[in-house]
Amino acid sequence: MHELSLAAEILRIVQDAAARDGFRQVALLRLEAGALCGVEVDALRFALSAIAQGTCLAGARIDIEQPPGRAWCIECAAEVEIFSRADPCPQCGAVPLRPCGGHALRVLDLLVP
Amino acid sequence: MCVVCGCGQVNEQHGTPAVVELHYGQGVASASLPSLSALRVVQIEADVLGANQKLADRNRAHFAAHGVTAYNLLSSPGSGKTTLLCATIAALGQRAPQLPLAVIEGDQQTRLDADRIQAAGAAAIQVNTGRGCHLDAQMVGDAFARLDLHSHSHSHIGTPAADHHPHALLFIENVGNLVCPALWDLGEAAKVVILSVTEGDDKPLKYPDMFAAAQLMVLNKIDLLPYVSFDVARCIAWARGINPDLQVLQLSATRGDGIEVWIDWLLQSIDEARAA
Repeated sequence: MHELSLAAEILRIVQDAAARDGFRQVALLRLEAGALCGVEVDALRFALSAIAQGTCLAGARIDIEQPPGRAWCIECAAEVEIFSRADPCPQCGAVPLRPCGGHALRVLDLLVP
Repeated sequence: MCVVCGCGQVNEQHGTPAVVELHYGQGVASASLPSLSALRVVQIEADVLGANQKLADRNRAHFAAHGVTAYNLLSSPGSGKTTLLCATIAALGQRAPQLPLAVIEGDQQTRLDADRIQAAGAAAIQVNTGRGCHLDAQMVGDAFARLDLHSHSHSHIGTPAADHHPHALLFIENVGNLVCPALWDLGEAAKVVILSVTEGDDKPLKYPDMFAAAQLMVLNKIDLLPYVSFDVARCIAWARGINPDLQVLQLSATRGDGIEVWIDWLLQSIDEARAA
């Protein structure tokens, strides 16, 4: 359940921004969690809602963009989409692939009053 | 979903009146939220693990300045990490008695493992994470500062370790968990994932992030292969299907099979780190 640690880090990033920027409430928090970032998005949502009470994130809507993983297939000599590191190439079935995108777990931006 | 009323639309065309007000400074903020037009964007663009990464980079520089090569040992609970470390300490005592080594032991509770390591003859510091499921770079930095390795070659950050200082080995035994610790860089030279044959050969497929993050997979408890259904070749093929560069060693920490090859791997890694 590392999502709880990650949620705490997300809250810290938002609170740092609040201290800099002066907002006291967040209406919308936008995150990016790539398919290969190692995070269970539902668990992250649950963790965020659990720790948001009494903070500027309380009541905020949370949007999580989930771009697919991207990987290089040597057989196809092409970049393909994958959703887990264990996935074979969706075009030719080959493994291994070389993942090259979809690793990011980021706080993108906020909408605040 | 709509910010204002949750009706499923992202703009102001939802089914409720658009007049929404927020009143701050009058006790608890109103339960209503402002319309989108009253909101402004605050750009963040921050990696969630960015703070840990900075500390891990600092640890890495700190280890290098002290001539320390650090390994992050990862596995599920009960794979034999601590037993492997005890066997490693004994074997290194024979092969490289001058090599300083220490262990940072990560567990949720107890100092049982640190006691085992000290009884085996190496310095150990126990980090209890409480409910935490992994070590992070801050914990490892704090623990390293309390270890004798920290002072054995005290040329600080920015100064390469002088050649006449002996190199040193630091083992970081992470909390037993094949999921969470994969994400946290601790400043190690390499992640080593330990998989015991009693756990099943399909673990690389079930926990691909861990096997993708590791440089070396140690298959432990191979003395039990006659008693379990574990296909070594299939396990290695699955692991390399996720991580084609993964190195693999097979050993039995309790019986000693393969320990010398593991010690070779460790000493060779030190040589490579020294040459780098």
